[in-house]
Amino acid sequence: MKKLFLSCLSIALLGGIAIAGGHEKGTLSAVKSKGHIQCGVSQGLPGFSNPDDQGNWSGLDVDFCRAMSAAVFGDADKVKYTPLSARARFEALRSGEIDVLARNTTWTMQRDATLGLEFVGVNYYDGQGFMVRKTLGVNSAMELDGASACTNTGTTTELNLTDFFRANGMQFELVAFERADEVVAAYDAGRCDVYTTDRSGLAAQRTKLSNPNDHKVLPEIISKEPLGPVVRQDDPQWADLARWTLNAMINAEEMGIDSSNVDSKRSDSNPAVKRLMGTEGDLHEAIGVNNDWAYNIVKQVGNYGEVYERHVGANTPLQLGRGGTVNDLWTNGGLIYAPPVR
Amino acid sequence: MSNPRSVFFVRKEFISARQAPASTIGVLGWIRNNLFSTPFNSLLTVALGGLGVWLIWGALDWLIFNAVWAGGNEACKVNPEGACWTFISTRFDQFVYGFYEKPERWRVDLILLVLFTGIFWSGWERAPARKWVGGFMLIPFPLIAWVVLYGGIFGLPVVETSQWGGFTLTLVVSLIGIIVSLPLGILLALGRRSKMPIIHSTCLFFIEFWRGVPLITVLFMAAYVLPLFFPAGLNFDQLLRALIGFALFAAAYMAEVVRGGLQSLNKGQYEAADSLGLSYWKSMRLIILPQALKAVIPGIVNTFIGLFKDTTLVLIIGLLDLLGMVHAAIADPNWSIRSVPTTGYAFVAITFFIFCYGMSRYSRFVEEKLNTGHKR
Repeated sequence: MKKLFLSCLSIALLGGIAIAGGHEKGTLSAVKSKGHIQCGVSQGLPGFSNPDDQGNWSGLDVDFCRAMSAAVFGDADKVKYTPLSARARFEALRSGEIDVLARNTTWTMQRDATLGLEFVGVNYYDGQGFMVRKTLGVNSAMELDGASACTNTGTTTELNLTDFFRANGMQFELVAFERADEVVAAYDAGRCDVYTTDRSGLAAQRTKLSNPNDHKVLPEIISKEPLGPVVRQDDPQWADLARWTLNAMINAEEMGIDSSNVDSKRSDSNPAVKRLMGTEGDLHEAIGVNNDWAYNIVKQVGNYGEVYERHVGANTPLQLGRGGTVNDLWTNGGLIYAPPVR
Repeated sequence: MSNPRSVFFVRKEFISARQAPASTIGVLGWIRNNLFSTPFNSLLTVALGGLGVWLIWGALDWLIFNAVWAGGNEACKVNPEGACWTFISTRFDQFVYGFYEKPERWRVDLILLVLFTGIFWSGWERAPARKWVGGFMLIPFPLIAWVVLYGGIFGLPVVETSQWGGFTLTLVVSLIGIIVSLPLGILLALGRRSKMPIIHSTCLFFIEFWRGVPLITVLFMAAYVLPLFFPAGLNFDQLLRALIGFALFAAAYMAEVVRGGLQSLNKGQYEAADSLGLSYWKSMRLIILPQALKAVIPGIVNTFIGLFKDTTLVLIIGLLDLLGMVHAAIADPNWSIRSVPTTGYAFVAITFFIFCYGMSRYSRFVEEKLNTGHKR
């Protein structure tokens, strides 16, 4: 009996090792065979990923996943979404539950270097800002000595705030809440003088105030929050595909290619445009997609500027005007810049 | 002197009892005795009554009279001072079905219909074939429901569990948890009281282990850490993993509730069963368990209700139940209006209350039906 048990155990162990040895076919071929990309998004962040009235996910991060799907399948809708909490996002990516993480994730050294993950670029430059009542008469965050500040508990926001006040030798009182809705309600009710969170969050929550026009956002940005998509580090081809999906969207905007004129741009004579549209060269083979990959991205999802204006731009409820900010193209003085396709 | 008898008055019948003073009886009397018996009490009554009326009026005003019932987000922007019910009605489908594919939603409707019919049928005493329906609801129905919802056979397209969500998911998780945890909990409770050392210590370890770890940890492990141990290619459904964790967790709690019932029985019951020559399982089935379970119905239902509310924790593993769906929907910038988050949470609270209260009423009903004179 004991012998039988032992031999069963050793067979099971050997089998386990054998299967574990035949590990990892590429993410791309796995994605192609299952027929969709599993994309990790937030559990609801205005403008970045949230379900719309029809029950479809929409937002800046969502459109990145749709662009990847357009590049791989020629169809932007072959994406399934996994809404993830901040805590679970990296585990979900590492365990293979998702193929790509587009969840307003700040690119930091610690995350990039220690988690076995790879950031493929930046699709939004965010930063922590302050909102105050106009009646407070404050024009700069440096005048906030002794203020009480409302913010979320246990996030980097809280740490940044403490760092900022300490570095400038100022006193403050922290009023922290669990959820964004509670923070904005407390600020609106006058529990604190300042409301601090990422700039995009300030813009999104501002519309929930009783009189949005009585408040203003101070010019200081006290932290760098470059948000970008993340993939696993063990698959360079998939990482390249993700990186060049983002780069293609940025390059398309720079070259003036958008979803309305992309069909005519296919016959453009400019060699840079030709390379991007896939009518010249065979760079697409290196990332494992068809030569019309970038065409499909721009045609079905749009270039970076279109996506930005659709979800967070001046004409959306978030009203994050792009002109003159870091999120403008480098040719307009911003930081949105992509290496060339050649 | 005339006949003295005519002078004296002798009452021949009792005076009929008069009404007590109006201020001591009826509603008025009760109010006077209980609410206004002393000046301090009067003051308290007025203050608390005023507070109550003010609160209830405020709630009703916000929830009903001043609420926005139709017109989409524009209407709510105009009037942010009342509940924004049009937000709920616009997204009602989302809250019920989650991201379940639209052309396949009839499957959810069908399952819900069968579920509620089955519950009422097996609950209604004069219904024909009650026991059969009850048995069907307990064993084959959950399996059938899973197959119908998941699809993949009979030409039904597969709807992956990652697409399940909203109230459907809340019901799936809680029902599976409830249906699995009760029988498993009974077995564990019996095992813990067993005199066989291996069974006893295994059950003891199992119960104490699951009671000792937080549910969030269990779900997190099931969702993201277990797959790291699986060989590549072998992967079974994420929701199923979470459900197993959920059911085992609930079973451990259930076991302790049932054990309480077993211990409440007089030793004589066990001895009587033995003296009749019944086998262990027969004595449990015929004598011990019917009495033990009846005694702990409130505890069992308590565990069920707790389980039902714990389903919101599936948010941890990237599944959006009713609360998670509402959560995500609130983030839509087009609905970034002050009244929307509160309305969403109010909707979730009301829904949960209806179901939890329903369960508790049902348990009262079962208790009264089974009350055959052993009540202490």
